[in-house]
Amino acid sequence: MAAIIQQKEEKFKELEQYIDSLPDTKGELIRVLHKAQGIFGFLPEEVQRFIAKKMKVSTAKVFGVVSFYSFFTMEPKGEVDISICLGTACYVRGAEKILTELKKETGAEVGKTTPNGKFSITGLRCIGACGLAPVFTIGEKVYGRVTPEQVKDIIAQYK
Amino acid sequence: MAKIMSFDELKKIKDRVQSQVDLREKGENIESLVQVRVAMATCGIAAGAREVMNYIVEESAKAGLTNVVVTQTGCMGYCYAEPTIEVTVPGQEPVVYGNVSLEKAAEIIDKHIKNGVMVDGIIPATHKSIE
Amino acid sequence: MSNFKMHMLVCGGTGCISAESELIVSNLQSELEAVGMGDQVQVLKTGCFGFCEKGPVVKVLPDNTFYVEVKPADAAELVKEHIVKGRKVERLLYMDPDKKERVADSKNMDFYKKQMRIALRNCGFIDPDKVEEYIARDGYHALGMAVTSMTPQEVINVIKESGLRGRGGGGFPTGLKWEFASKYDADQKYVVCNADEGDPGAFMDRSILEGDPHSIIEAMAICGYAIGASKGQVYIRAEYPLAIKRLEKGIQDAREAGLLGENIMGTDFSFDIELSFGAGAFVCGEETALIHSMEGERGEPTTKPPFPAESGYWGKPTNVNNVETLANIPIILLKGSAWFAGIGTEKSKGTKVFALAGKINNVGLIEVPMGTTLREVIYDIGGGIKNGKKFKAVQTGGPSGGCLTEKDLDTPIDFDNLIAKGSMMGSGGMIVMDEDDCMPAVAKFYLEFTEEESCGKCTPCRIGTKRLSELLEMVTEGKAEVKHLDEMKRLSRVIKDTALCGLGQTAPNPVLSTLDAFYDEYLAHVQDKKCPAGQCTHLMTYTIDPEACVGCTACRRVCPVEAITGEVKKPHVIDQDKCIKCGACYDKCKFNAISVN
Repeated sequence: MAAIIQQKEEKFKELEQYIDSLPDTKGELIRVLHKAQGIFGFLPEEVQRFIAKKMKVSTAKVFGVVSFYSFFTMEPKGEVDISICLGTACYVRGAEKILTELKKETGAEVGKTTPNGKFSITGLRCIGACGLAPVFTIGEKVYGRVTPEQVKDIIAQYK
Repeated sequence: MAKIMSFDELKKIKDRVQSQVDLREKGENIESLVQVRVAMATCGIAAGAREVMNYIVEESAKAGLTNVVVTQTGCMGYCYAEPTIEVTVPGQEPVVYGNVSLEKAAEIIDKHIKNGVMVDGIIPATHKSIE
Repeated sequence: MSNFKMHMLVCGGTGCISAESELIVSNLQSELEAVGMGDQVQVLKTGCFGFCEKGPVVKVLPDNTFYVEVKPADAAELVKEHIVKGRKVERLLYMDPDKKERVADSKNMDFYKKQMRIALRNCGFIDPDKVEEYIARDGYHALGMAVTSMTPQEVINVIKESGLRGRGGGGFPTGLKWEFASKYDADQKYVVCNADEGDPGAFMDRSILEGDPHSIIEAMAICGYAIGASKGQVYIRAEYPLAIKRLEKGIQDAREAGLLGENIMGTDFSFDIELSFGAGAFVCGEETALIHSMEGERGEPTTKPPFPAESGYWGKPTNVNNVETLANIPIILLKGSAWFAGIGTEKSKGTKVFALAGKINNVGLIEVPMGTTLREVIYDIGGGIKNGKKFKAVQTGGPSGGCLTEKDLDTPIDFDNLIAKGSMMGSGGMIVMDEDDCMPAVAKFYLEFTEEESCGKCTPCRIGTKRLSELLEMVTEGKAEVKHLDEMKRLSRVIKDTALCGLGQTAPNPVLSTLDAFYDEYLAHVQDKKCPAGQCTHLMTYTIDPEACVGCTACRRVCPVEAITGEVKKPHVIDQDKCIKCGACYDKCKFNAISVN
């Protein structure tokens, strides 16, 4: 437990140093949020409050920006985060069926993490690999031209 | 890269780095250039085809022949006359030379490629390439 | 002079990298080392070749041989056969689907024949990480020319005369935009590059940034000179890590070479570029929203005027251009406005890059002169519809555009023609659909997108897109009636007329254009409760063929709502009122006794 608390403190310290290193915080909220998400993996209320205080803006404003952009997330990603392309090219090549299978196999929902923290699914708008449609990625690995039947075997490797 | 202080300096750098993409630009317009194809199968290589190829590339560059592109190809079937090279001037039939030594290569560059005059050592075409 | 006698170009675009093209590069290098030719053959990772369908692509020059669908394991054969022995590896050459012949030279491939690469001129040709290669292709010469021998107004005039129009969506004349920004006096002005490509299904801007970052850097500097700005900002999506990396490297190299920074090429013109990161919001493609996002705020649009040219980033005059527009700038200055104006149609000059995707044989990134017809793009370049299916529609302009059908195929593509046909150019997404695609479902897909992406500032867009998407859901679930179709039309018109920004004003386009062209299909959904394309699951009926059913009970056990009844070894039946069309029984049946229609 102590180790976890210490780890967290270090993360906040890193974020604080980053904000202090900026010559001017005016207009830098999104940049700071990117950094914070990079450090923490997600943006829980605690982190948002911390940023608001540091940058001398209201927490409401920070929350307003975080909730506006789809890249920012207030939930931690799963241990295995599956990013599925939901762009048009993948849609017409059957991405929805792949998504249904992924949900079924992992128990996760788009933008949600399973209660045990194992899987999460992130829906993306076009990753630009339309030649490989439909496509999803797990970490660095890209699964292209997937059929619904293949999903089960792919997910089994991560269970 | 050192700081470029004037437009002229940029132009000079361009002349210097041009060779980096030259080969690619030539490849894209291969039909309008003098093509030299060197037969590079095992027997050709054994007979010194690679040296000949390197020689032609270097010499034509030295002579400032920017319209020459040298590529390699597989066995042309003239095993008795390796190294063989095929010279194609745009709009003309390809000509194949056999037993090309470095001296012969120099002569081919000087006469055939530069001035369009064929030199000795031509192997008469016995078949057509189907590529 | 370098020792290299041959070059092997490996596509390093995102699509090909996803298919392990980086491993191909390293395998080729180690194979070449193994045969002692590492110093004679240069292996390069370039930007996108465009032929994503057949990726990863490897091109060998000067032999001009184009290999497709190369796998890392093929490296050994390519080196041993092609490089060492000069024999082309036949099995990796492109197979012409009509003639059933292998084609080695990309110029002889239908995919490339009708293309004209201006914005993509360096993509797939140079190593994007090397500023020298860009310079070798006359890079930064347009900037040099502008700052040493042209006045800012002369630069603006060339762009105006060229007829270049904004490639990001609206098609506003670029030269005019520059002129507006140049007219305002201010202590600081900004050049902004909009690289927030949000259209789901378009990836041309990313490909240009990945394949030719210096063309954008140079163009921004030229724009800075023309309008009197010393600062540039690239607003780029954080989801594009590779493009960000290449751009950062490009900016750094340009600074070191003195092509950015103080006193560029010994003149008193100074210019520098910074990046700001977007965070995934489609509305940020709208320039006022983009500027707010750059200021760290929610990316909500504001009314124009004032236009950014007068009051933009931090209230200063700002010129916003998208990536593809900028990619055209250097070459227009080098080749002259007359050259550019000679390409294209009367009111749309030059070329346009399209991301061709969907049910088409050759998915990829293409660039064609304005005025090329849809038929040429889909059938000649795209190679026709996948699996021999029938063409149904092509969607252009992304969520702001509309669907075009068979009767529009011979329309020359340009800004005005597409608008006249109820669609738009947009950023250049082009999604081809076949007979299996259900148009109300496609419209619903787009509306769900705009509904999610609506920033919520104005009511017509926030609530209107929500209602519209609900109506579409009713259609696809068979719960709508004919009057709902009229309601959709009316609501669409209201949203178009009253929404604040481009996102809302164009959001109903996919609905209106499909209602117009595929009214019968909508009617089938609402009157007959049928989906002719067989896509809408709610409108399907699952039935068991009593002849084929052996009574194994597998379907009965898998049905989550106990809709299936029947005794062991006797035919089973599905209660249609209970059935939720989940398809579980269909998947389970081993005797093909269950049919869907």
